Formats: sequence, C-alpha cells, structure tokens
Amino acid sequence: MDNVWTAATLTETELNELVDLVKRVHGFDFSEYSKASLRRRLVRIMQFKKLHFYDLKHKLVNDPQFFQEFLEEITVNVTEMFRDPAFYRALNAQVLPYLSSYQHIKIWSAGCSSGEEVYSLAILLHEAGLHHKSFIYGTDINTEVLKEARMGIYSLRKIKSYAENYHFAGLPGSITDHFTMMYDAATIHSELKQNTLFSVHNLISDTIFNEFQMISCRNVFIYFESELQEKVLDLFYRSLCPLGFLCLGNKETIRSDFFRKRFKVINSKENIYQKIGA
Amino acid sequence: MALDQHIIQRWRSSKLLLLGGSAGSFKLIFRVVKSMPPNLDKTVIVVIHRKKNFFSEIEKLFAENTRMYTREITDKDKIADNTVYIVPANYHALIEKDGTFGLDVSEAVWYSKPSIDVTFESAAEVYGNRCTAVLFSGANQDGAAGLLKLKQAGSLTIVQHPDDAEMLEMPQAAINLDAGNYVLHNNEIFELLSI
Repeated sequence: MDNVWTAATLTETELNELVDLVKRVHGFDFSEYSKASLRRRLVRIMQFKKLHFYDLKHKLVNDPQFFQEFLEEITVNVTEMFRDPAFYRALNAQVLPYLSSYQHIKIWSAGCSSGEEVYSLAILLHEAGLHHKSFIYGTDINTEVLKEARMGIYSLRKIKSYAENYHFAGLPGSITDHFTMMYDAATIHSELKQNTLFSVHNLISDTIFNEFQMISCRNVFIYFESELQEKVLDLFYRSLCPLGFLCLGNKETIRSDFFRKRFKVINSKENIYQKIGA
Repeated sequence: MALDQHIIQRWRSSKLLLLGGSAGSFKLIFRVVKSMPPNLDKTVIVVIHRKKNFFSEIEKLFAENTRMYTREITDKDKIADNTVYIVPANYHALIEKDGTFGLDVSEAVWYSKPSIDVTFESAAEVYGNRCTAVLFSGANQDGAAGLLKLKQAGSLTIVQHPDDAEMLEMPQAAINLDAGNYVLHNNEIFELLSI
C-alpha cells in the first residue's frame, strides 16, 4: 500500500462533518456511534478507495452506488456461526427449556449481518426439537448483507472455520450435517431456512415491529455510545414479552441502573438477561 | 548498561504503559506485570495474540499473580489508574477520548484479533506523548505501525532486542520502520519498568 494512504487520518471536525453529511443526504444517523471505531472505519475506506476527505464527501453526495459500499464498510459485518460457543451452550441449558413451554417462539436477531447467527439459532432449535414452532427474524440496516443472509450460502472455507465453534457449542454430529455441500460453497438446508425472515430495520430510527420471547443482539452495542445503548435497550425492553430473554455479546453488559432493575441476570458470563417487571 | 536519565524520566511521566506481543512474549509480559508495584500511578494495557475458543486462563493468571488490580476489558469500561487491563481474545480494543474502552469485532489485522496496532494507534490518538509502549516477541508484523504512531505522537517507544526475542519478526518489523526510540535487552526493559 502507498505510504500516503496508510498515513491517512481524519480530524474530529472532519469526522463530524462526514456524520452530518451522511445524516442529511442518506438519512442514516451515526452521531451516537462510538467515535474511535467509527473513525477507524472511515480512515479504512479512505485508504482502500484512495480517497482524500474531500473526494469522500463528493462521492457520498454524488454517487448513490458508493453509499451502499460505504455503509457496508462502516457497519462491521464480521460474524461467525456459533460465535462464542459457550453462549449457545448456555442458551441450550438455561433458555430453551423455558422457551419450549411457549406455543410459538418468536426470536429477533438484531444486527444479523449475513445471517450466520440466525442459522446458528435455527440449528440449535432444530436439535432441541423446537424449530417447527419457532420463527426467527433477522434484521440489519444494510440491504446488501441481508441478500447474503437470505441465500444462506457460505464459502466452504468459512464453514470449515465454523466447525470448531459448532463442536465447542456441544452439538451432536458436524456442522456440515446442516448444509448441502457444493464444490466451494455450502447451502444451509432448506428446512432451516423456513421460519426465518430477513428484513431491514434500523435500531436507531425504527420502532417495535413485533413481540418476542427472545432477542439476540450481540456485538452491536459495542459500536454505540452509552446514550444510544440506552435507547436501543428501551426498544428491546418494549419488544420483549414478560419474562422474555435478551442476549448481549460476551463483553457487553447492561450498565444503567434503570435497566438493571428491569432485567434479571440469567448468565453473567454470556450476558443473558430476562425481562422482569419495572 | 545503565539506563540514561532521559528514558527514566519519560517512563516516570507516562500515564499509560502498553505491552504488546505475540508468540514467545507471554512469559516476559507476565513477568513485567508481576513486578509492578501495587501503587503504580499508571494504567497498564496488555495486548497479547491468542486463539479464540481456547480459554488460555491468561486473565486468571494475571489476576492471581499481580499486585495491581487486573481485569479483562468489557465494553465501555472507564479507564482507571493503577489497573492492568487485558484485551480480550477475539476483540480489538480502542480507547475513546472520554476515557473509556470501546471494543470492536471487525476484521483481524495481520491475522490477529486482538491487534496490537489497533490499540497502540488509538492510544496515540488519545494519550499523545503520555505513553510508554513496549513491543515484544512475535511471528508477524502486528504492532510495528502502531508503535510508530506512538513514537510520532511523542510517546516513549521500546522494542525488545531481536537477540532476546524468541520470535524476531515482530521486533524486527518495528526496527525496520524505525518505530522504537530504544531497542533494549530484556534485563534493561525489566530494570526500566521496575523503576
């Protein structure tokens, strides 16, 4: 890489200017995103695309196709199947027995990116004999990654890397049992795609769209500043049925007293919470 | 070799100590942290490459064997003095201007998550010249660019002497970039950080 570009930087004023521009032109509000990470993503785009600050602004205004790429780069879409296997073991032991008592289980995977978590949950429910009465909604702000999610096709290389997670999650057989293998890709079995729905939802600007027995939103809060985390927690709280479960990422905890009183800790290591009355 | 007053002065005036390493670095970093007095008025951040899913017990080992308060970083933790923070496996750790940590799960850097570069670069942004950073042994080039950023920001940057490193690629990459103010042998590093 060119030295000029590896040294690309962004001042705080420039960062704010970009956030403002994206909000005005495209209606996406990144003003309450964690700044250090946001800055790193923006600098990365400037490096990859070899764009100076002014070129970046120009493209954001004049090139609608570029905005989709921009959005994909800004929102981190790194995900895995059965990421943090201990989380799935905890779900199996502590949450599924409870969910099994419901006639219908509705689950929301918020910030689902390319769908790996949705299908991991589908497999977990399938193995527990609960998939037939479950429905999983996967949402993201990014239309491009949702296209991938709907297809449910992953490279063989990725599936191999997920195999270890699957094993550590304590599930029987192999992850490949749930896929149709092709030369260089694997497609999730069609029965696991049933009872899933992927749609666009913006946690910052959109509202409640259903009532859920469980919401999983892992490694999304880390990109939000504390005030925004509170707002989204409120959205989740109102979207859960009484005694419904909220799952955050491994290193994400509910910090505010207000919500600590409204959620009971089910698993403090995996950050699984249960909605209780106010 | 006696350490010069200049380096001692810069270490003493630092607010933040950054310790980064990969293969072959664990024992050394552990030894450094173990020797820290309980009343060190600095924050220590440890970034060590390791594999996900294998709970390497690093956090436990540190917590049980150090006199400083030690914890693994959780998102939005407030950065406190007198504390050793361990960057968790499978996350990058960034420092925010408001004095908190932000975690990030984006792409690995040099195949590594956590990445030393990511934490060092964000420390340079926020702490400027108030850091001391040491880059230890490792089998890839992560950390060199971050160390250079810290040096450019005026912080004290130290590279483990390649002769002492189990894996020399990481310190050598930093030397090639001229990212270190000093290239020190292990005994000199220990001597300095225990002053």
